[in-house]
Amino acid sequence: MVVFLIRRLLAGILLVILVASATYIMLNFTGSDVARNIVGETATPEQAMAKAAELGLDRPIGVRYFDWLGTTFTGNLGKSWFNSVPVSTTLLTALPVTLSIILGALILSAMVSVVLGSIAAVRAGWLDKSIQVGAVLADSIPGFLVALILAMVVAVNLGWLPATGFVPFQRSVVEWLRSITLPSIALAFGATAATTQQLRGSMLDVLRLDFVRTLRSRGLSDRRVIFKHVLRNAAPPALTVLSLQFIGLVGGAVIVEKVFGLRGIGSIATSAAVQGDAPVVLGVVIVMVVIVVAVNLIADLAYGWLNPKVRAE
Amino acid sequence: MTIPPIDGIVAAPAGGNIARKRHVAVQVLQDPVAICSLAILLILILVSVLAPFLTDQDPLKSSLAQTLAPMGQEHLLGADGVGRDVVARLLYGGQTSLAAALVAVGVAFAVGLPAGLLGGYYRGRADAILAWASNFMMAVPAIIVLLVVMAAVSQSTYVAMVVLGLIVSPSVYRLVRASVVSVREELFVDAARVSGLSDARIIRRHILPVVQAPSIIQAAQIFGVSIGIQAGIAFLGLGSPNEASWGAMLNDAFANIYVAPLLLLWPGLIICLTTASLALLANSLRDILGGSRKRTQRHLERKRDAESSSAREASTPAPADYAPVAEDVLLVVENLKVNYPVDGGRRTVVDGVSLTVSRGQVLGLVGESGSGKSQTAFSLLGLLPPEARVSAERLHFDGVELNSLGRGAMNRLRGKRIAYVPQEPMSNLDPAFSIGSQLAEPLRQHLKISAKEARTRLLGLLERVGINDPARVYDSYPHQVSGGMAQRVLIAGAISCDPDLLIADEPTTALDVTVQAEILDLIRSLQAERNMGVILVTHDFGVVADLCDRVAVMHTGKIVEAAEVRDLFANPQDPYTRMLLSSTLEGATPRPPLNRKPGVPNSTRPNPALPNRAQTA
Repeated sequence: MVVFLIRRLLAGILLVILVASATYIMLNFTGSDVARNIVGETATPEQAMAKAAELGLDRPIGVRYFDWLGTTFTGNLGKSWFNSVPVSTTLLTALPVTLSIILGALILSAMVSVVLGSIAAVRAGWLDKSIQVGAVLADSIPGFLVALILAMVVAVNLGWLPATGFVPFQRSVVEWLRSITLPSIALAFGATAATTQQLRGSMLDVLRLDFVRTLRSRGLSDRRVIFKHVLRNAAPPALTVLSLQFIGLVGGAVIVEKVFGLRGIGSIATSAAVQGDAPVVLGVVIVMVVIVVAVNLIADLAYGWLNPKVRAE
Repeated sequence: MTIPPIDGIVAAPAGGNIARKRHVAVQVLQDPVAICSLAILLILILVSVLAPFLTDQDPLKSSLAQTLAPMGQEHLLGADGVGRDVVARLLYGGQTSLAAALVAVGVAFAVGLPAGLLGGYYRGRADAILAWASNFMMAVPAIIVLLVVMAAVSQSTYVAMVVLGLIVSPSVYRLVRASVVSVREELFVDAARVSGLSDARIIRRHILPVVQAPSIIQAAQIFGVSIGIQAGIAFLGLGSPNEASWGAMLNDAFANIYVAPLLLLWPGLIICLTTASLALLANSLRDILGGSRKRTQRHLERKRDAESSSAREASTPAPADYAPVAEDVLLVVENLKVNYPVDGGRRTVVDGVSLTVSRGQVLGLVGESGSGKSQTAFSLLGLLPPEARVSAERLHFDGVELNSLGRGAMNRLRGKRIAYVPQEPMSNLDPAFSIGSQLAEPLRQHLKISAKEARTRLLGLLERVGINDPARVYDSYPHQVSGGMAQRVLIAGAISCDPDLLIADEPTTALDVTVQAEILDLIRSLQAERNMGVILVTHDFGVVADLCDRVAVMHTGKIVEAAEVRDLFANPQDPYTRMLLSSTLEGATPRPPLNRKPGVPNSTRPNPALPNRAQTA
């Protein structure tokens, strides 16, 4: 298992390098003239060339690539082409915002889907039916529409929670919670629905297995059998779905941040992508991939813990 | 070109099986939810395609004078922030959204489905490469990639959707691969392979049916996600300005959220309507494809509810209206009936069975498969699938009427005083827990002892059932032990609380012949040592002769003959018994034709297996 994890970790690092490199190459093959964009349409070609030289854009792509790779490895993500702020500074201020709402959404979906999924699997009739239909509908509605609705109803009309802005955790825990509640709920919607459906389905599958009857034959209560044994056996596929959903959460954060006016990684990515600010875009991509790799590692660990056969391999 | 999202998915897995496809189509047309969803989607498609005929407004023509124009004659739903007609934008926007989503789903499945089949079925290097590629593509959130691509390469929605299809194809790949891997290890796939079926045929016959249901769910999700993401990037302000789209409408409406909140409603509503219809349609399809399982499950739950309500009523001790029975009698069953719901009625599988087991007595319950012997055993344990309906005049265990026991009381009895040894050892251990922990759990619950104490006891028991290295087995997981070992573990688990009655359901059928004898020896010696009553369900007269004191022969839900073992072998009365015996025993006289109607006992003996040892004495 340890060897397995180390291998996964190394694979993750390699993945970060590959994804970042692919992004770098794509950004530098695009043909859009960054120097021209920065200096403006009215500048002379000489001014544009000078800007390009200043940014090192006049060198061959191979040289630029290895130069970039080298500096990036030292942890230096470079400076924004447009406002010269170090990329790491921008990312560090934005990261807490995005991480707060993503983790909030993840915890929310995990908890709610275990509760709803188990109830739906075990209970018959209207409760199961409504959870199923509810999950299908919740899953089908794009997260940012939920965000818009929540922003309109809860924040603007009812005024219960702030419609925009983020309060850092260090300043006030309560205000922090209030500021991430709506974005997290909006983000969690789809992930919860998908995980609930998966969990219900896999619990129904496990409930039919022989060992469930044998466990009951030993006098274990239904509750014990369901919440300990059935849930544990049904968890791996649900976990897979949840870890798949996580990447969606990272992407969803981009739009949710716009709706709630949050200055997170997502809104930075949007503006940098529109401007063609390659260092910032690259920084964002690297950070996002690192987060995804980390979450996948955690999911692998949990998967092994849940499934002894995987652990033994 | 592109695969139509729903039809494509259904057709692909059912590949070539026209009868099945038609069947599904018929069922879809009988499901109101599916019909409504289909209708809504069809209307949306029609309305989008026919947009030029339905409105003469230009969805792209802005007009300062018409900015935020109210609903009215000229603009049915008003005009947006730059004076464009909302109805026209909704209609033309539909074209963009639906086509974009089609592209994404098509690309995702064109890439993901073959990759998943390939990787899951052949494993090895192809799988490793695909897994790597899939991780690579999945590591970056779609929106980020789309932002980069749209900012750098092209503002075209369709380019973005092709990229999106590629980005989400790993989710198809992963799902398909996981399904394939799970069936690939199944015995029937091995059997198909051994019997020489080609890989293509195995994939079509055994693998694709498993893949199709999750694929449908996934296709619906991707379709919805694509519509959502397309709207999302347009909402962020990306995408061609020369394209009406629902997302662009939301972007405009969001800018005017305080002035004209209604503008948010129309595109929001139509996106929800589309994605919800799709999801509901896929859900109905899933129900239809996996229908039978779901139906049983519903019965199961309803019954469980009923059970719990009856448990509440019956928490008081059993009524004492039973006739006193002899001192050593452990179990008295009278007129036990079990039936199951079938189409339009109920089918009786156990029909008036009566039997008695005394302490220290081994009763064989013999019959062909389908004779109701296992059903009888499970109904004694209260472990029938919950859609079963059980009734009995008496179901008497050591002075307690099992029929009237609540769930809690039954749980206290089960495992402690009545124990069960299953037929198939490997599937009867929970694969997620170590053998020790799942044996210790009921032990600790019944005997209220510490984990350490339970371990000590169980190690002793494991040794007693013939396991050489009990500590290792205790810490092992079920997949790490052999079938014979697992059966010993299950027997140890069954006897761990010193039960009075052991119900063993064909405990040796799934084992090797050599192991069978050992397990039978074990059961016999444990039975003698602990003076347990045993009900041994079997179809094997050899086992009966080896182990049983009395035997009851079952046929079509009834006991046709019950006798002391020696008597039965020496002088079988019922023609069915004779037939069974002659078909098992070597050197028997050629069997006479069976002319008795099945299910009608014509035994001269008293039917139930009452303890009349005197008869043989």
